[in-house]
Amino acid sequence: MLWEIDIYPAEGQPDRLGASMAADAADLGLPENITIRAAQGYLLEGDLTPPDVELAAQLFSDPVVERAVAAPVGDSRLAAPPADDLQPMCVLRKPGVMDPVSLSAENALKDLGLEVASVRTFRKYWVGGVRPDQLAVVAAKLLSNDAIERVVPGVLDPQQIAPGSSYAFERVEVPLRNFNDEQLENLSREGQLYLTLVEMQTIQQHFRELERDPTDVELETLAQTWSEHCSHKTLAGRIAYRDENGERRFENMLKETIFTATQELRKKWGDADWCASVFEDNAGVVHFNEQWNVVFKVETHNHPSALEPYGGANTGIGGVIRDPMGTGLGAKPVANTDVFCFAPPDTPADELPAGVLHPRRVMKGVVSGVRDYGNRMGIPTVNGAVLFDRRYLGNPLVFCGNVGMLPKNKTKKRVQPNDWIVALGGRTGRDGIHGATFSSAELTSESESLSGGAVQIGNPITEKIVLDVLLEARDRGLYNSVTDCGAGGFSSAVGEMGEDIGAEVWLDRAPLKYAGLSYTEIWISEAQERMVFSVPPEMWEAFSALCASENVEATIIGAFKPTGRLRLLYNEQEVADLDMRILHDGRPPVVRDAVFEPPPVVAWRLPTGPRQNHTHDLLRILGSLNVASKEWVIRQYDHEVQGGSVIKPLVGVQNDGPSDAAVVRPLLDSQQGLVISCGINPHFGDCDPYHMAASAIDEALRNCVAVGADPSRIAILDNFCWGYTDRPETLGALVRAALACHDLALELETPFISGKDSLNNEFSYDDANGARQTLSIPSTLLISAMGQVADVSTCVTMDLKRVGDLLYQIGATKNEMGGSHFSLIHKLAGGEPPQVDAPLAKRTFAALHRAIQQGLVAACHDLSEGGLSVAAAEMAFAGELGLKIELARAAPLLVVDHEQQAAAQNAMHTALLLFSESNTRFLCEVAPEHAVEFEEIMQGIPHASIGEVVAATQLEVVGLPSTENQNTSPPLVIDAALADLKEAWQAPLRWSSARR
Amino acid sequence: MPTPRALILRAPGTNCDLETEFAFQRAGAQTKRLHINRLLEGGACLEHFQILCLPGGFSYGDDIAAGRILANQLQLRLKDEIEKFVAAGKLILGICNGFQILLKSGFLLAENGETCPPATLTWNDTGQFEDRWTLLKTAGSKSVFLRGIETMYLPVAHAEGKFVARSADTLAALESDGQLPLRYACKANAPSVNGNLDFPDNPNGSQGNVAGVCDATGRILGLMPHPERYIERTQHPRWTRENLPPEGDGMAVFRNAVRYFE
Repeated sequence: MLWEIDIYPAEGQPDRLGASMAADAADLGLPENITIRAAQGYLLEGDLTPPDVELAAQLFSDPVVERAVAAPVGDSRLAAPPADDLQPMCVLRKPGVMDPVSLSAENALKDLGLEVASVRTFRKYWVGGVRPDQLAVVAAKLLSNDAIERVVPGVLDPQQIAPGSSYAFERVEVPLRNFNDEQLENLSREGQLYLTLVEMQTIQQHFRELERDPTDVELETLAQTWSEHCSHKTLAGRIAYRDENGERRFENMLKETIFTATQELRKKWGDADWCASVFEDNAGVVHFNEQWNVVFKVETHNHPSALEPYGGANTGIGGVIRDPMGTGLGAKPVANTDVFCFAPPDTPADELPAGVLHPRRVMKGVVSGVRDYGNRMGIPTVNGAVLFDRRYLGNPLVFCGNVGMLPKNKTKKRVQPNDWIVALGGRTGRDGIHGATFSSAELTSESESLSGGAVQIGNPITEKIVLDVLLEARDRGLYNSVTDCGAGGFSSAVGEMGEDIGAEVWLDRAPLKYAGLSYTEIWISEAQERMVFSVPPEMWEAFSALCASENVEATIIGAFKPTGRLRLLYNEQEVADLDMRILHDGRPPVVRDAVFEPPPVVAWRLPTGPRQNHTHDLLRILGSLNVASKEWVIRQYDHEVQGGSVIKPLVGVQNDGPSDAAVVRPLLDSQQGLVISCGINPHFGDCDPYHMAASAIDEALRNCVAVGADPSRIAILDNFCWGYTDRPETLGALVRAALACHDLALELETPFISGKDSLNNEFSYDDANGARQTLSIPSTLLISAMGQVADVSTCVTMDLKRVGDLLYQIGATKNEMGGSHFSLIHKLAGGEPPQVDAPLAKRTFAALHRAIQQGLVAACHDLSEGGLSVAAAEMAFAGELGLKIELARAAPLLVVDHEQQAAAQNAMHTALLLFSESNTRFLCEVAPEHAVEFEEIMQGIPHASIGEVVAATQLEVVGLPSTENQNTSPPLVIDAALADLKEAWQAPLRWSSARR
Repeated sequence: MPTPRALILRAPGTNCDLETEFAFQRAGAQTKRLHINRLLEGGACLEHFQILCLPGGFSYGDDIAAGRILANQLQLRLKDEIEKFVAAGKLILGICNGFQILLKSGFLLAENGETCPPATLTWNDTGQFEDRWTLLKTAGSKSVFLRGIETMYLPVAHAEGKFVARSADTLAALESDGQLPLRYACKANAPSVNGNLDFPDNPNGSQGNVAGVCDATGRILGLMPHPERYIERTQHPRWTRENLPPEGDGMAVFRNAVRYFE
């Protein structure tokens, strides 16, 4: 019998779920006075008596704050509305979508002695205050997501809940040897293989030589292994690049730019090389101390997050955590990072193209998806950024990163012939089919229906228990190699591990979530929380006993047989037999054209009109979404679990000022620290991707150095998120950014240790007139930096500390207003993007580090969006101390051409000094008694004492002296109460789910 | 008596076990981290230990409700062992998820024959998980773990930490029995049961600003804030600007536990 238990808030208790749904209604153009009441529902299948169900209801509800209604499905008691005039509807997960609570609930019922066949959860809503014709919108857009859920109008009736079907084995061959080109292209598209015609032809030729047709699973394996997501064929391919400096041909673009720079640095360092493993394993690895290495990886999960923000982000962070776990013999994750790019959350609902979710909903879903996974894994989320631009409407970007600690003697791994292939962790289901190929394709408004299977929900507790046994098994030496099941599932994991040896897999042995999966689905499923181990036969007993002792499922699904071939069997019948070489070396080289034409330089001009006082400009920049406080996001993440927190994301008197970077101690008994920061600024890319990349590297480094990281020990990662790279201009912009990565890495001696790209981030849809429109993201490069600090007690924060201290500006200010926030708020085009003087930057970072090490710096903040004015404001309100700055003292740091007319010069110079976003600049608070020593260290670096910390509640900036009348005292160009500055900065994203 | 032995109990989803163990070690306890399965199998014995600690995390994912499933297991399958442990004059500490487990398993507050338990921990008023530092004040001297402590500054990091009693009478009775020994506080004035502090001083909307609850003997304590996250200076959010002692406020909780057996 099928029983239903609905859990409602008790009388007088808040209905959180209902209220939060109602609050989002306005974004969809629904009435503000909509009423939504919600219940958490459980469906129990099994031979249960009414007292059994009563016992289950007690388990599921908390009698102090909740009430339960339990009855057989279809019973009238379940149809009783919690208030008058409400329409019921139920939201159920689609078949095959992960339901973590159901698994736990089944086990908890077993603890109670109840034998249930299965448990499913759902949500029941009661909706009022809308017109009947609006109910469909409420159901489809507000209460459910079609990618993973379905809505049943009314209350449930037993007929609506169908069981899964079983699977009858049938070997499927694809007769492509006789296909013409059109048929090949159709097969690629309709089969969601997303291979090019040339690739399809190569496969066809291969099987013609073998004189047989491929099976479906062979074709899928090739498509997945050759996908952009797994092989990075575009960037690691041949590219003919052309820019204003001429032509350059790459055999392997990434290798010849970013990778080469690291190799050159390692050669230069010789014995002092501190890289351990770069661009080869699942994450980059560098030295930390005598016993430990540290690993770092950042991934994107953009396409899934566009369709199902919660699940996409959830599995994004879950996936990147498995990268360090699958690096070497397995690292322990110690910190997460996340960077998101969204369209502005106030985008009007009627401006959304079909198939696009509202950006506020995307943002809330992404933030909570990362939160629920990271927090449950017990990994502190310590650093991040959130950026906004309308061009992210169809393609939000979700970058998730993870840092892990790896014992030095566990850094190398090697599969041995005849090791068992062991699947560990989550079971295989139909979720995530075609994720690898899908993520390499362009999104369209039809993607939602086409690729729903690529969207998943994670189950972090499964991953946590996998981590627990992995670390134990690693330290006991129970396996030879490990990797994660990411994109491509078993196909990718086993294919990579067995590349040099060969592998035979018995697909029918893989544990399944439910019956009905074909052998192909088992092979390519991207179900989450799975890892593949290579276990020597003599270790299997101990390995499997350890797993069983902590509720982790481990199953032998094959062996690494030394044949050089990939053989797949189902019920002892062969379904695939491929040469490893065709998989890994058989892909035809992609050759692409790339071109970059520098946009014409347009001089930057001040906005017209009299402009004496810039207070209003400062308030607007502080309140712009990119600069505004992200406290609403940060506090939802546990940034202190594991006990290693040193510099938190929020600092200052009220624990709410913006830290430049996070510092954690990964080893509880050591004072050695890791510093995590990032740099990203797509607006500079609109001017020149080279300088965008250089600026992102500089920003990531200066954030790191500002809190105390040793600049000679910073490793960085690249994440390119780009548009459609088949377009030569789009690819050209990317190559240009990669060239900057090469140049800056070499000059700053900062190695790239890993990276990842996500291409084709474009969204196509039909507009109101039926015309095809395409929305492309701005070229976006995220640089993530991982620094080290020998003793965390030398670290500094950005909040002002003491009245009477001096404020120094380090670094020169230039006329670099292109892409600046001052330009953005005034909608000014033109201007040069900030450039990086790399040799000077290297010296500046080194000098600042020395000053910080010697304890001469009380507070330090980097200058980025909004320049000097924003940095000064943030330092002042975070420290709750007044600040008085004189621009005349900063003027010597201004480097400009002497072309401007004297009269215009004053206003121009004021704006540049306050708002230019030139690179490699800092503000340092220095006690007067340390000033001489500090200035000595800064010899040869542009620096000046520009102001003082004062006992006041204002930020005051005195303007430049008048060029006409030397006797009048200069006006205040900024004069603002700290409280007003802080409010402007905090208000825009001060969201709350309950206090609205 | 030799140094006490502390058992740090972990389950699927426990994630504060290592730093909690580290704090107990620093306080001088001998420690062992043990998986709940070992206790359920009966192979490992509680009686070898003087202190039982349930650390923070998301036991069984906090599926259904925070701490519910592990609480259920303790109540159904380890009731006798735990009652014997308490009767022997030993100590139990539940931090965050551990507090949720202790309260929902009924070991912390006696049910007195009622069908509805005396109190629960439910969703924060903010409706979401939050990590923030809170000022705490002790009330009364019943709890062994809080002896000699007047105030502490510790972080909370939870979604379901709002203390709600079955009724106003129950809350008053617990108060007068000294079983509500730890409260959220604000800098200026002391909290009272009747005057609930505003967010964020009271970070979750707990009735009576309750941050921690002890049993009738004072030897079982559950608290939402994390003492193990402030055992040294550099864990404090403002260590770069304030004059702080090398040891954090949270250490006193662990030292009290160890000292109890000296």
